[in-house]
Amino acid sequence: MSAADPADGIAIRASLSVGIAVSAYGLSFGALSVASGLDIWQTSVLSLLMFSGGSQFALIGVIAAGGAAAGPAAIGAATLLGARNTLYAIRMSPVIGPGWLKRFLAGWITIDESTAVSISQSSLRSQRIGFWMTGLIIFVGWNLTTLLGAFLGDLLGDVRQYGLDAAAAAAFLGLLWPRLRALQPVVVAVAAAVVATVLTPWLPPGLPILAAASVAVIVGLADWWGRDRS
Amino acid sequence: MTLWNIVLLASVAVLALKLAGYFVPESFLEKPTPSRVANLLTVALLAALIGVQTFASGQAVVIDARLPAVLLAGVLFALRVPFIIVLIAAAGTAALLRFFFPGM
Repeated sequence: MSAADPADGIAIRASLSVGIAVSAYGLSFGALSVASGLDIWQTSVLSLLMFSGGSQFALIGVIAAGGAAAGPAAIGAATLLGARNTLYAIRMSPVIGPGWLKRFLAGWITIDESTAVSISQSSLRSQRIGFWMTGLIIFVGWNLTTLLGAFLGDLLGDVRQYGLDAAAAAAFLGLLWPRLRALQPVVVAVAAAVVATVLTPWLPPGLPILAAASVAVIVGLADWWGRDRS
Repeated sequence: MTLWNIVLLASVAVLALKLAGYFVPESFLEKPTPSRVANLLTVALLAALIGVQTFASGQAVVIDARLPAVLLAGVLFALRVPFIIVLIAAAGTAALLRFFFPGM
């Protein structure tokens, strides 16, 4: 295993392309976050500390609709959406190896993209390169573009005029799309979207989203429409 | 609850969930049910957010410029168009519709 191992090159290229594309998308997060009522510093703390795009967009989406009064629902939606990172972390644990500080830092940057790039590499060494490189590029890039987006959002004013509210919905669709490869998730997705939309006039903002989460728990526990039971 | 409380509580909770994965026994993942529920939870929450983000205006359900924008995004994702380009196309669609049909 030398520095010229071709697997290393593949991992580095994947990290760069995924890292740069995802970082660009921090611009829209920054702008939308400021539009939802958070200030630039609160927006930056989300990207530094929470550092999980789906959860961050969920939080500001609920705050945009219900303000600080929707706080518990906003925290609930962001936290539940972050639960998948625990699975990623369990998956990445043997790749990262021992060492408390290393595992702590790895935990911080365990997200969809760092996990996805890592697990698609062929050797343990290139899996490690893929994880750390993708995670660190996105961490730096995402935080810089968040800050830039937040300043731009302050200048833009009404973000609806620029269609940024529609871009937020499209962003969630982009995160969902790769997960719709079997019948079970498709059924859950359609049912959850219907439940959340239908309940919108009847419940305070944020709660319809949490109510829709129960669809996943029921279908998941019963394993309806599952392809296999392995 | 202030916005700062919300930001910090939610951030710590999400970070703790990531860290927890490095300190729980690996056998947890081998059980199919927790893993299946967690994956479906992600799907349900993202789909619910799409529904609300597309149709909700405060607590009212409306059809406006966001719906055609999201439908276009679906077509583009199906065609494997890169993420950031789809977002720009969706934003542009909604912005143009609102420019020509104010109130959408």
